[in-house]
Amino acid sequence: MKTILISIKITVAFCIILFGGYVMVLWGFARLVTPNEGQAEVLTLDGKVVGATNVGQEFSDMKYFWGRPSAVDYNGGGSGGSNKAVSNPEYLKEVGVRIEQFLESHPYLERKDLPSELVTASASGLDPHISPLAAEVQIQRIADARQMKVEYIAEIIVNTTHKPLVGQPYINVLELNIALDSAILNENKG
Amino acid sequence: MNYEILGVALQVLVLVALSYPLGRYIAKVYRGEKNFMDFLTPFENCIYKVCSIDPNEQMGWKRFLKVLLILNLFWFVWGMVLLFIQGGLPLNPDNNIGQSASQAFNTCISFMVNCNLQHYSGETGLTYFTQLFVIMLFQFVTAATGMAAFAAVMKGMGSKTTQTLGNFWVYLVRTLTRILIPLSMIVGMLLILDGTPMTLEGKQTLTTLEGREQVISQGPVAAIVAIKQLGTNGGGFFGVNSSHPLENPSYFTNMVECISILFISMSLIWCLGFYLKRRKFAACIFGVMFLAYLTTVGIAVHQEMGGNPEIATMGISQLNGSMEGKEVRFGSAATALWSMTTTVTSNGSVNGMHDSLTPLSGMLAMLNMQINCWFGGVGVGFMNYYIFIIIAVFLSGLMVGRTPEFLGKKIEPKEMKIAVIIALLHPFVILCGTAIASHLAVNDPTLAAAWLSNPSFHGLSQMLYEFTSSAANNGSGFEGLSDNTPFWNISTGIVLILSRYLPIIGQVAIVGILAQKRFVPESAGTLKTDTVTFSVMTFAVIFIIAALAFFPALTLGPIAEYLTIK
Repeated sequence: MKTILISIKITVAFCIILFGGYVMVLWGFARLVTPNEGQAEVLTLDGKVVGATNVGQEFSDMKYFWGRPSAVDYNGGGSGGSNKAVSNPEYLKEVGVRIEQFLESHPYLERKDLPSELVTASASGLDPHISPLAAEVQIQRIADARQMKVEYIAEIIVNTTHKPLVGQPYINVLELNIALDSAILNENKG
Repeated sequence: MNYEILGVALQVLVLVALSYPLGRYIAKVYRGEKNFMDFLTPFENCIYKVCSIDPNEQMGWKRFLKVLLILNLFWFVWGMVLLFIQGGLPLNPDNNIGQSASQAFNTCISFMVNCNLQHYSGETGLTYFTQLFVIMLFQFVTAATGMAAFAAVMKGMGSKTTQTLGNFWVYLVRTLTRILIPLSMIVGMLLILDGTPMTLEGKQTLTTLEGREQVISQGPVAAIVAIKQLGTNGGGFFGVNSSHPLENPSYFTNMVECISILFISMSLIWCLGFYLKRRKFAACIFGVMFLAYLTTVGIAVHQEMGGNPEIATMGISQLNGSMEGKEVRFGSAATALWSMTTTVTSNGSVNGMHDSLTPLSGMLAMLNMQINCWFGGVGVGFMNYYIFIIIAVFLSGLMVGRTPEFLGKKIEPKEMKIAVIIALLHPFVILCGTAIASHLAVNDPTLAAAWLSNPSFHGLSQMLYEFTSSAANNGSGFEGLSDNTPFWNISTGIVLILSRYLPIIGQVAIVGILAQKRFVPESAGTLKTDTVTFSVMTFAVIFIIAALAFFPALTLGPIAEYLTIK
């Protein structure tokens, strides 16, 4: 009986210690050091919020770079991967269809140059990134849709590529598309 | 490509380098020696006073276990109640509802036993209140429970003849105040600096660049992720765990989180050496575990970077490896490293979908959990290895015709019986569970269709993985299995309880019984346990008992899958 009483007391004590001495400290720290007071960071275009930096969003318009397939249609309120086994015949058929569709929208592209990440679903269904290679294969399509120069778009890609000290270089698709749109905005203003 | 391998090597190096000093520090904490956190002593005394704990009480092994189990039972009630009524509690900005009875049962058990199997998705299945006061609380206290048991085991092993194993409450409190909270604080801050949310605000709603509405789940993520990684818990804030770009936003956070998985488990092996003043003995154990870990990492990295052979036949480029169920910012090598790191410990967090791993990596993930003693969960990992040491000592004793002795204590039939039962319990619950589930699935195709997201060999792997993960208290999954059904909630719940508490009881009992025996000083005739020969012997025992028991099941699952896709 005495042990049960101690159990109750110590559990409540731990709750108080953890909330006051740990959760609230981190919460305060986040408010101090992050621009968004600990909330998910967002990106803006022309002063308007257009998405969270670290949450991928769907792009299907011809004038934007596309991200990776998502098993949950980029639902940021949930998340999920396809959970398909590498040997699953149904899944492989789906990948085949994705390859055909991608090649159809990019007729100039050779099959062997298509990076697999553009036809396989990410783990979270919210992957905000693609590799520089996966962006390069899309340049021609966007240049055609926007009537922009290929070299100009290639330059934007170089400028938005992140090169971490360790790990592979990557591109945030939303950042890249915002850079594209704001390039046009600036041109119009200028 | 080479950068990826370099990244993996760097993570392993940093991990080993940091674990050594931490091990020395933890030994000081449990020995009660002077250390730089002593300024907390008055605060800890205050906790003892408020909770009417007598910190000077010395507990025998039976009393120690009784207190541990009563406290855990109380936590079960606490968790059940809160999960059930969470819809009406504060800190629920997204208006999520309470869990169903079978789901609350499973969630509560799985967090209570430090497993963190999740049959719900964090975004919708919990509120911030239960995230903090059930999930996060349990992640701290159950890790501390495992480490307290480990401290008792060390005390028993280190004493010549003793009736007592120390004070459970003191171990528990010190583990929290001096090890888990400070480390989590550092990790949490690093995560916040690189973009992990830490807020009590509810979901954000945004309009995307193409004009669609998108809802963004967030919350007190950093606080929970830090202890989830360090305490070998693994229950993520979001449904997809650390593959979620808010839970794990960059390669840097990925390194921090991946290192945190093994950090404490690894340092406890060094801690053992410092505590017992037998550093060579600890180094031998470390060597066996580390080599086994590196081997699995090597194979998995190679497999994942090699890509999916079935997709290779479609003629597209797989420069980045097998990318299904992986994230671009980590790449396939770091995901392979994580999948092995999380399964050698009982962590179970993931940064990619294990269901979509190539067959051999998937098999190694299972094998790691089936062996369940390469580093293992905080505290309990070494204790599993300890069982195999006892068996190895006994077998070697028989082989050379001497009385088996370990650290100056005779190993006799009573301890051997407990050790063997514990060692065989693990394959028993996993294989029986999988057998029952596959029997049901085979006889009822609608059930198979409802449960499994993949046909054929991989379908069996999904069920085998679920029971393996439950029995190893790991908590990762082949998540294509639709496991939020009464069958899976209850069957895995039972497996979880059996395989958390029976081993702890058995291990503490063996140590307690051995500690009471008369101390026999070492002589020329004593079997040396800190040699390479004995390490190989222990490895052989583990391999024969643990690994070979599962070989037939693995052949039907991942090995068959591997052979058919070539």
